[in-house]
Amino acid sequence: MEPVVVSVEGVSKRYRIGALPAGYDSFREVLARTVAARVRRLRRGDEGDDDATTLWALRDVSFEVRRGEILGIVGRNGAGKSTLLKILSRITRPSTGQVEIYGRVGSLLEVGTGFHPDLTGRENVFLNGAVLGMRKAEIDAKFDEIVAFSELERFIETPVKHYSSGMYVRLAFSVAAHLEPEILIMDEVLAVGDMAFQQKCLDKMNEIRRQGRTIFFVSHNLPAITRLCKRAVLLEKGRLVAEGQPHEVVNRYLSRSWGAGAERAWEEKAPGNEVARLRRVRVTDEEGATAAVVDVRRESRIEVTYDVLEEGHALVPVVELYNEEGTEVFSTHDTGAEWRRRPRPCGRYTSAVRLPGNLLAEGTLIAHVSIMSHFPSTILHARAANAVAFQVLDEPGGVSARGDYVGPMPGIVRPLLQWETHGGNDEV
Amino acid sequence: MSLKTSETTEGSLPTARAAAGTARAAAGTARGEGSLAGLPHALLRAETTGVQLNLADLWAYRELLYFLTWRDIKVRYKQTLMGVMWVVIQPFMTMLIFTLVFTRFMKLDVGAVPYPLFAYAGLLLWTFFSVSVTSGTNSLISNTSLVTKVYFPRAFIPAAAVGAGLVDFTVGAVPLVALMLYYRVQVTWGLLLAPLFVILGALLALSVGMVASALTVRYRDLRHALPFLLQLWMFASPVLYPSQILGPRWRWVLAANPLTGVLEGFRSAVAGTPFDWSLVAVPVVAAPVLVCAAFYVFRRFEDTFADVI
Repeated sequence: MEPVVVSVEGVSKRYRIGALPAGYDSFREVLARTVAARVRRLRRGDEGDDDATTLWALRDVSFEVRRGEILGIVGRNGAGKSTLLKILSRITRPSTGQVEIYGRVGSLLEVGTGFHPDLTGRENVFLNGAVLGMRKAEIDAKFDEIVAFSELERFIETPVKHYSSGMYVRLAFSVAAHLEPEILIMDEVLAVGDMAFQQKCLDKMNEIRRQGRTIFFVSHNLPAITRLCKRAVLLEKGRLVAEGQPHEVVNRYLSRSWGAGAERAWEEKAPGNEVARLRRVRVTDEEGATAAVVDVRRESRIEVTYDVLEEGHALVPVVELYNEEGTEVFSTHDTGAEWRRRPRPCGRYTSAVRLPGNLLAEGTLIAHVSIMSHFPSTILHARAANAVAFQVLDEPGGVSARGDYVGPMPGIVRPLLQWETHGGNDEV
Repeated sequence: MSLKTSETTEGSLPTARAAAGTARAAAGTARGEGSLAGLPHALLRAETTGVQLNLADLWAYRELLYFLTWRDIKVRYKQTLMGVMWVVIQPFMTMLIFTLVFTRFMKLDVGAVPYPLFAYAGLLLWTFFSVSVTSGTNSLISNTSLVTKVYFPRAFIPAAAVGAGLVDFTVGAVPLVALMLYYRVQVTWGLLLAPLFVILGALLALSVGMVASALTVRYRDLRHALPFLLQLWMFASPVLYPSQILGPRWRWVLAANPLTGVLEGFRSAVAGTPFDWSLVAVPVVAAPVLVCAAFYVFRRFEDTFADVI
């Protein structure tokens, strides 16, 4: 087993928010506030740690990362991801706890740090390289390679203030990409720039991964996290709330942040028009109980309850299923003979679509629900996007497409298909 | 507050690597981490555990000090017509004005040294000091992106301001040599001590620069007070007048200012006059002590730079 290169032990980071109104302050204000705080503390007799002016950006976070691991960090904005990265890259110190790091830490969130507009491209390469922790000899050796990577050979003697923003980023990224830290921090910043640039970044990351270096990867690009990382952690309000296989952590993140659960009902403002209105949508297991998590092998159902307010329309309930990457898995229309092409009387109806077992791939699924009619022409009467969300889980060892394999499996469907094998010792 | 130095070491340093490797091998056997020997190691402790001096980082990042100094110089003279000539013009013009005032109108007695040489030597050293302190004080807030985005010993930022000042000083010393030749100064062995006084002046500028820049991150007031404080300091230092101007009973007031010894010492060295060792002793003792104290204060503030800048 690879050795632990980063160990984070009980790390918390506290900021005093009210205490820093404009980022900095004058001596007089500090004096006044210190006195006020002392008085308050005396009066209450505590340390005042949890009053309104204290923000715990991180709270008691512990984890370890082994060499060569790629750790995904997910969480909503303000969950503490940036603070954690700042502590790991030594920009700020933890309020409690400690971090132990073996190896040089480099970070692609510092792209262009230390660039000076008046200096030429060449001068900035050296300056930026040194700022990122490269030695002069190292920069000398890699200089041509860096310039070639940036494709800016012609402009390398031009002050960077004359660069376009694209050229600027290219040069900055080239320097950062040639830094060879044992531990690399990659942040959301890679989401900026054009497609080609993003691809270059991802390629570089793959290259670094192949070299067996340790990477911290922070992104809202969940498929990228699932694909690239071996392990992930989920931060929520400064706490580490989940740790493990990336797809599980990502699922957890989605279900906690999606806002859609396994059931949704509308009292006021129900989606719909004067013909039909949605009242309730829910996901159930095969017994009919509302279920947020369904077993990949078991049947599940999506049940739509709606009111028909105007008679005489042949209505078709529709369910569209999307996975967490936003890919449409399929859509299904009610083609049951009962009400097909038959105008309905007013009243409340419940339609359910059965999703057989061994159909959907593991992951988060989001259902959009609509009510349509096709005669005389297609009309959309009611629609609820992201009406419900649920998780499909595929535990190894059972009778599912996974068999005994425990790793991630690609694909948006996961059918259990028949295999036949012929051959043996006698037939060579 | 306890002092703790983290064992941050740079891999390519053979001696440090060996030492750290041995230390880690001992710890490594327990945790099965023998293969990590040779990697830089950092232990980041909580703010409450006190100041981490991280002295080894100063050495590990030494090239950055050179790059930051080089940047400061480059940037200062980009898009200027006369470039580095400004370093000479400013003290030289000031010297001419004060020569006029003090020798024509006020008949100031500065002893055996010709007044232009006397004043230029003082002004050159003072300009170096005050420019270093001024740019040092503003250095952290004008490098916010560096401070909030990347780790390195931040003390290098005000230190680079002093480094750039030293380069300016070297250029400004050319007219000083010319003045020495013009006035046919008797060169003595004392001239060899001139660099010592420049170094002492640099250490004092560094001390003030570190503390003032760290305070400025938190209290921007200092930026406004600084020009005024420096002006007061100049008048309280024997830049344009000799320290003998005060009688022996009051000399201690001037001597308590460590710049007095630096200025008088430097002037004696270049003018070939005898040293006043009691004055010189003050900065020799004070400068190293002040630098250490200032570095400690700076490190204490440094932990919160990224949070408050």
